[in-house]
Amino acid sequence: MTAISSASAAFRGQDRGNRLFGPVPDVTGDRGYADDHPARVGFFTDTSVCIGCKACEVACKEWNLLPMDDAEGTVDALGLTGASYDNTGMLGANSWRHVAFVEQSRAVDLPMPTVGPPGAADGQRPLEDPPVVHPQVPASATTAEQSAPSQTASGDREIRWLMSSDVCKHCTHAACLDVCPTGSLFRTEFGTVVVQEDICNGCGYCVPACPYGVIDQRQDDGRVFKCTLCYDRLTDGLQPACASACPTESIQFGDLDALQARADQRLAALQEKGVEGARLYGRDETDGVGGAGAFFLLLDEPEVYGLPPDPVVTTRDLPAMWRSVGAGAAMVLGLIASAFVGRRR
Amino acid sequence: MVDEVEFTSYYGRPIIKPPVWKTPDVPLYLFLGGAAGSSAVLGALAEGTRRPALARVAHLTAGGGALASVAFLIHDLGRPSRFLNMLRVLKTTSPLSVGSWILAPFSALTTATAGAHLLGRFPLLRRFTGAGAAVLGGPMTTYTAALLADTAVPSWHEAHRELPVVFAGSAMAAGGGITTALTPLDEAGPARRVAAMGAAIELAAMHRVEHGHGLVSEPYRTGRAGKLLKTARACTATGAGLTLLAGRSRTAAAVSGALLAVGSVLTRFGVFDAGMASAKDPRYTVEPQRARARASEAAASRAAAGSRRGS
Ligand code: SF4
Ligand code: SF4
Ligand code: SF4
Repeated sequence: MTAISSASAAFRGQDRGNRLFGPVPDVTGDRGYADDHPARVGFFTDTSVCIGCKACEVACKEWNLLPMDDAEGTVDALGLTGASYDNTGMLGANSWRHVAFVEQSRAVDLPMPTVGPPGAADGQRPLEDPPVVHPQVPASATTAEQSAPSQTASGDREIRWLMSSDVCKHCTHAACLDVCPTGSLFRTEFGTVVVQEDICNGCGYCVPACPYGVIDQRQDDGRVFKCTLCYDRLTDGLQPACASACPTESIQFGDLDALQARADQRLAALQEKGVEGARLYGRDETDGVGGAGAFFLLLDEPEVYGLPPDPVVTTRDLPAMWRSVGAGAAMVLGLIASAFVGRRR
Repeated sequence: MVDEVEFTSYYGRPIIKPPVWKTPDVPLYLFLGGAAGSSAVLGALAEGTRRPALARVAHLTAGGGALASVAFLIHDLGRPSRFLNMLRVLKTTSPLSVGSWILAPFSALTTATAGAHLLGRFPLLRRFTGAGAAVLGGPMTTYTAALLADTAVPSWHEAHRELPVVFAGSAMAAGGGITTALTPLDEAGPARRVAAMGAAIELAAMHRVEHGHGLVSEPYRTGRAGKLLKTARACTATGAGLTLLAGRSRTAAAVSGALLAVGSVLTRFGVFDAGMASAKDPRYTVEPQRARARASEAAASRAAAGSRRGS
């Protein structure tokens, strides 16, 4: 049976304006679920308390039976990246949580709980073994600061660790879902975005459509995989595996409304304490994806963590693309017809 | 402008996932679909204007191109046996879904038309299927541009208005070129004109893609994509020039048609490569977004300052 998919809401002519981008107050109801559908759920990942233990990654792998792979997604390979403690490398078909490790070396006015080099804090012991900073260390500090980690014992430089557990954002306007030609990707009753593995034909369209680089094709399998927000556990009234495993409550799971309120409070508290750079990412419902179901409290610019600074759902521009496609097609028909007009040969 | 922005990344890793689409499968799928689309239109009009040789060549090109295009598309799937899942739903938000619904009937109609030519039978049916294929031929040449542009790949997405025009021109150059090369001179006039117009459109629109989008136009001019597109330009321009002689000499027609087809193929490979390059380097994702974010922050703080003064 063929049906016009519910993902084409923009073209059903209802509720103009926010079908392809912009805030959607009830994303689940909007996709056709009855009024008594569950509340939209999500994650609030507060990176300011993450300790980088990777319990979330492990719990996710275990629960979802994800194969081992290296940082490039090669299945059954073990690889070290040399990028701090991050050997997972990226979100992908086999890693649905990814803990990013960022080491920043900067002057000591850093706002976060920081760890100085041994002895530097009390100033007693000269620093013989200065901290090795990865040559590519990403930081929003100036280049001069980055490239000159302290060689002195003056204690005026410290290392700041940024750790952040990344995950699928379960976007309000999910590009992966919009472009999926088979209807394999769908919006669940919880407002999350899930792949139906028995339908996916591995066309790969969702992979470059995602503005965050989340979803990926599994080598040797051909289909795509990503975080389901533990759809199976949710239907049984359980929390997602990562959230249950996180020892610091860096990963908080719950109704999106409640999480947003809690995140706003947390941000205000941090700002009051003078933590500069603290910001919410994916919280804003007017952003390019209509707000994310999984959002973050970050301590630096998003790109430092490997997140896009201003992601926009690609289908926002689809009406313009279809117009251009239509005009191009008409041009082809018209010009070819003109080549036949009024000539003998 | 984006140049001012300081660029940071996470260990130089890409932000978005580069497409998993394989080459040469996907660029050839783009080329063959385009050439088949414009040939189908040529074929139907040739049939209607009593140019049997041109009609035959164009319809055979359309049928062969469409079938090969479908084959490459299926081969590129991670699960080829599930190809028919493409026709489970029709989604206007997915160019691949819409495209499948164009490609499936188009390839059926063009194959039927080509088959009728080969059998030399069913002339009425042939006219009917040929006309149907011609209607779908227009969209066949351009939907693949939306397929590329409707992604987060910076160099494809930003060029979303021009790419359909590039692909339309490229398809006309290829279809016109192939039929020019294979049709007797006295019937090939329309094919030559289509080829020349297509080449001009392809060159002009591609110039805008290569220069009109600041940083994200860069991948079209550098590296492997830059070389491919430069060669494409040379082939297309020479082929277009030769169409002037193609009315007098069968050799000139063959060379001109071949050059135009090669130019079209290389354009598809070049566009594909440029997108891949822009996806793999986080700079092309971060810098334009960073500049946009800075601009909207600045606008917001200006607005806030304005409203404070106002109250
Ligand atoms: S983050 Fe990517 S994979 Fe996840 S819902 Fe959004 S578009 Fe889809
Ligand atoms: S790879 Fe699977 S989930 Fe992704 S767009 Fe194609 S059919 Fe949909
Ligand atoms: S998010 Fe929680 S479980 Fe994951 S690394 Fe951080 S502290 Fe550990």
